[in-house]
Amino acid sequence: MSASFLKVHGLSKAFGRVRAVDGVSFEVDRGEALGIIGPNGSGKSTLINLLTGFVKPDAGTVELAGRDITGIAAHRAVALGIARSFQLARPFYRLPVYKNVVVALASPRSHRQLGSSLGDRDEAAMHLLEEVGFERDSAIPTKNAGELPHGYLKRLELARCLALAPELLVLDELFSGMSLSEIASVLPLLERIRAAGTTLLMVEHRLRELFRVVDRALVLHFGRKIAEGPPRQVIADPAVGEAYLGAQVNA
Amino acid sequence: MSREQAGPRPKARRERIDRGVKARSDDVSVLASPRDLAWLLLPRILPLAALFAFPLLGRLTGSYWQAVMINTLVIALLALSWELLASVGLISLGQSFFFGIGGYLAGVLDTQLKVGPLVGIALATPLGAALATVLLLPLLRLRGIYFGLITFALPLLLMRLVETTGALGGTEGMSGLTALPNRTVELYLLIAALLATVAGFRRLSASDRGLVLHALRDNDRAVLAAGFSLPWLRTQAVFWAALPASFAGAFVTHRYQFVGMPAFAIEYSTLPLTSAVVGGTGSFFGAVVGAFLLVPLSELLRGFGSLRVVAYSLVLLGFTLGLPEGIFRFAARKYAQRERVVPLGEGPKCPPPS
Repeated sequence: MSASFLKVHGLSKAFGRVRAVDGVSFEVDRGEALGIIGPNGSGKSTLINLLTGFVKPDAGTVELAGRDITGIAAHRAVALGIARSFQLARPFYRLPVYKNVVVALASPRSHRQLGSSLGDRDEAAMHLLEEVGFERDSAIPTKNAGELPHGYLKRLELARCLALAPELLVLDELFSGMSLSEIASVLPLLERIRAAGTTLLMVEHRLRELFRVVDRALVLHFGRKIAEGPPRQVIADPAVGEAYLGAQVNA
Repeated sequence: MSREQAGPRPKARRERIDRGVKARSDDVSVLASPRDLAWLLLPRILPLAALFAFPLLGRLTGSYWQAVMINTLVIALLALSWELLASVGLISLGQSFFFGIGGYLAGVLDTQLKVGPLVGIALATPLGAALATVLLLPLLRLRGIYFGLITFALPLLLMRLVETTGALGGTEGMSGLTALPNRTVELYLLIAALLATVAGFRRLSASDRGLVLHALRDNDRAVLAAGFSLPWLRTQAVFWAALPASFAGAFVTHRYQFVGMPAFAIEYSTLPLTSAVVGGTGSFFGAVVGAFLLVPLSELLRGFGSLRVVAYSLVLLGFTLGLPEGIFRFAARKYAQRERVVPLGEGPKCPPPS
């Protein structure tokens, strides 16, 4: 058995006649960070949904640490250590911000992984929020999540994911809607998450920031993988330039 | 600050100040005076005292108002059940589904096992809730209006099933069932059930499990992403919500010594729903307050004869338009705030907000 932590082979999903993801294969080592890029509608989000159990694939296989998890239910994927964020960050807007994190901390995964070391869940939630850049002494963590500005929502998503003690962290456009300074404050955290051995999968449009985090990038276009490799090499690929440019012309 | 207001400048403005005890920390309130104590405790103690005293005042209230009280408590239980479902994002248009199942189960237990009314109700309550939950299992992936439509259809479906197959007494129903000992026992049984439900539901809501259930209403995908099985969470919520409704059904069966197709009547769906909405959603007290207002009101309107529905609807319309937050919240807010009128144009215009 190879050492790859995540092995994806021939993964496909069609919605009606649209082949959203079409025979995509790739591997990620434990602790590695892979960026998934591509123009709008290239199948990035669908790929994430397939990996995290939110959508069932038509064909192909997904293996996590040598175990076949193809078509697994989303909550079971979480139990195995896969946490995901959403592109459109919708919080539990009637709950206070820190209670949003407590929901994740109350999950079976957190309970098993963090267990008694967790202590008071409210306190643990505050701690996680602080980690993603919420000012502890401000009134923000106790506000209703519905009142949060967008940049905070994205970081709340991140805190929610971290509460699940993930082994594979899948971030769907974490940086979109964040200001440059907000991104700058999150980058060291992502470094720390990687250093702790967490495998990172990031779908991103903001390439410059993405390439400061990931070692490799994978490019999707119309559901197919058209390039994979170190960021510089991928960007220099003529097929990638054409995909982005073509998409812009069509848009 | 620029103000472009048409018309004359107002001479005074209304200021609202939260009144409260002198010092308050997270959980600890330091009471400054007996007056504060009374202010804090009376709204909690008085309704309870009235509730407990009511069954003893039979001579004063008369058996008619005792019957109204029983109806009120039954609807309050169904409204609490509705409110719990709503708090997890499941809008029920068919509370009579849970009510009817509890009612028929009590009838079957009474005729088949002859366990007596109290044991019968104690058995029919959890069994009815479980049965209703199992029947709803395939539908728990639905939410919002779809769940509402299904719950609306289910009691009608069961009613027709009983009518056409003749099962469970068919159109005749089951009569001659065992009666409850007396009116006082009936009332106290309902009051105990009401208090247990309010306490239990509030405790559930305050727990982490309750937090997850409430989160379900805002964004169920994010709850799924936190690693919870949505069908399992909804199953739990439906079971807890079905308990008081099933109890109410079983109780009414023994009270009338009869159960039949009226157990699935639409009143057991609409009255709880309107009670919860008029009383104020988002609070279990709201559901109870709503029932205590609407059920007696609906009785008082009997004088209107066939125009009763019209009068009742107008009252409903008035409340939903005039007090969208619900009676309970409105009253609680007014009680907790002092209002005073501050004349304008004197002294410093706009003190900086502290």
